[in-house]
Amino acid sequence: MTTTTPAARDVDVAASQDVPERGRLVVEIDGTTTVGIFRFAGRLYAWENVCAHQGGPACQGRIVSRVRERLDDGQRSLGMRFDEDTMHVVCPWHGYEYDVTTGRHPGVPGASLRSFPVAEVEGRIRVTI
Amino acid sequence: MTVRRLEPQEITTTTDTRDILANARRDTERYGLDDYFIVDVDSHHVELDSWPEILGYLDSPVMKDTAAQMMRNWPQASHLALHNHPPGLTMQDVSGRIPHQASLGEPTPDVGSGAERDVTLVRRAMEAMSIDVQVVFPQPMLETGLHPQPEVATALLAAYNRWFTAEVLPREPRIRTMLGLPFENPDACLATIEEFADTPGVIGFLVTSQRHAGVHRNAYMPVYRELERRGLPIGFHAGPNQADTMTSTMNRFLSAHAMSFVTCNMTHMTNWVVNGIPERFPGLRTIWIESGLAWLPFMMQRLDHEYSMRQSDAPLLTRPPSHYIREMYYTSQPMEWTDDKLLAATLEAIDAENTLMYSSDWPHWDFDVPGRIAALPFVSEHGKRNILGETARKVFSLGG
Repeated sequence: MTTTTPAARDVDVAASQDVPERGRLVVEIDGTTTVGIFRFAGRLYAWENVCAHQGGPACQGRIVSRVRERLDDGQRSLGMRFDEDTMHVVCPWHGYEYDVTTGRHPGVPGASLRSFPVAEVEGRIRVTI
Repeated sequence: MTVRRLEPQEITTTTDTRDILANARRDTERYGLDDYFIVDVDSHHVELDSWPEILGYLDSPVMKDTAAQMMRNWPQASHLALHNHPPGLTMQDVSGRIPHQASLGEPTPDVGSGAERDVTLVRRAMEAMSIDVQVVFPQPMLETGLHPQPEVATALLAAYNRWFTAEVLPREPRIRTMLGLPFENPDACLATIEEFADTPGVIGFLVTSQRHAGVHRNAYMPVYRELERRGLPIGFHAGPNQADTMTSTMNRFLSAHAMSFVTCNMTHMTNWVVNGIPERFPGLRTIWIESGLAWLPFMMQRLDHEYSMRQSDAPLLTRPPSHYIREMYYTSQPMEWTDDKLLAATLEAIDAENTLMYSSDWPHWDFDVPGRIAALPFVSEHGKRNILGETARKVFSLGG
């Protein structure tokens, strides 16, 4: 039996300035695939807009830093803080939270978003689907 | 190849329900859900949005005046007068991460009342999730069992029930409800059943589970007998409580919600079974709502274990407690699906293919889409059809 896989295609989705630092752009390609493109620390990342949990629109959620809990040397809690060295996007359906640089949920092994290669050339953003 | 910027880029409290739930269409296509009869046995509208309209249905001129004065004079009470809204509920949206929990503030052009707006929002959710019949409940009113003034709770439930049956149900036949019983007052429960049992769209009655009343008290037997006589189910709708003796030690909403949404129904189910209510009213269909499913294997094992050594404590029972539990009904949400084996064993234990009924709990932060049921790898096709709608069709005599 022969199976055929559609050839990967590079798609010009936007101009570089359409995705600012700590920003996002969500696009629908050919009416079938929706992709969220995020920029953090200058780099671009592209993820399918489908949550690993129940298929929610993960890329259209709130962008927020990861919350961490501070402890002192005696393991006493000092409360919570935002980790400004991280950028998360939160699925608005149920709160599944993903690190935009890895596509992974910070606390649930195996829960991750499907990735797409993304490149930036001469002021244009291209996604390979 | 066409590229379209998706709108909205970020889903907020003002996003249209159909846009929030657009991805549910993927499940509809993947599993052919349009071909299923889908009944959502637990969903919610936001009654506080229509609170002044509801208070207009209060019977007592004195209570109506109290409500009017509260709404006029207290800056924050225009949509809270007489209500016991628990402050912890505003933690539900995980600090803005799950916007639809906080508010469905989307535009609804050309609607003239809160009821009309509610119907519009329910229709949008049904359309997005391919739901054919939706059982709609209020939200914070489900905490009414904890109201500090029981007579106010009774009056509010009466006003709400009259408003919902007069203003919401007649607008959309696909909306059904189980009306809350003023449980502190058994006579008022009977009056409520008498007043509304024959109202089109009313398919049962509800005990709001967060309360401190033993469901086995003799005073309630006429209520159960009347529901059994009429062939109407009784539902126990769970709710969270951050203020009781157990949860008051809990410092995170996650902890209190995870536990108290279940322990209230665990308490009622224990009293219900150990006191032999299923033996007394074998024809009364009993539904446990919004506590999820993971608690049930615990209840079955724990109660069976103790019953086997203390049968004299439960003399009305002729079988172990789990046998009765297996014959009651359950709504599916929030279906704790984190371990395939544990969930499969749970569904087996409760005979889910014959007792479980799909519920979305929309628009709560832990809602489940119908695709959640369709995706279960260890349930038969027949079982999925039962869970998604056919069991509800039987339990609620939905016909057709």
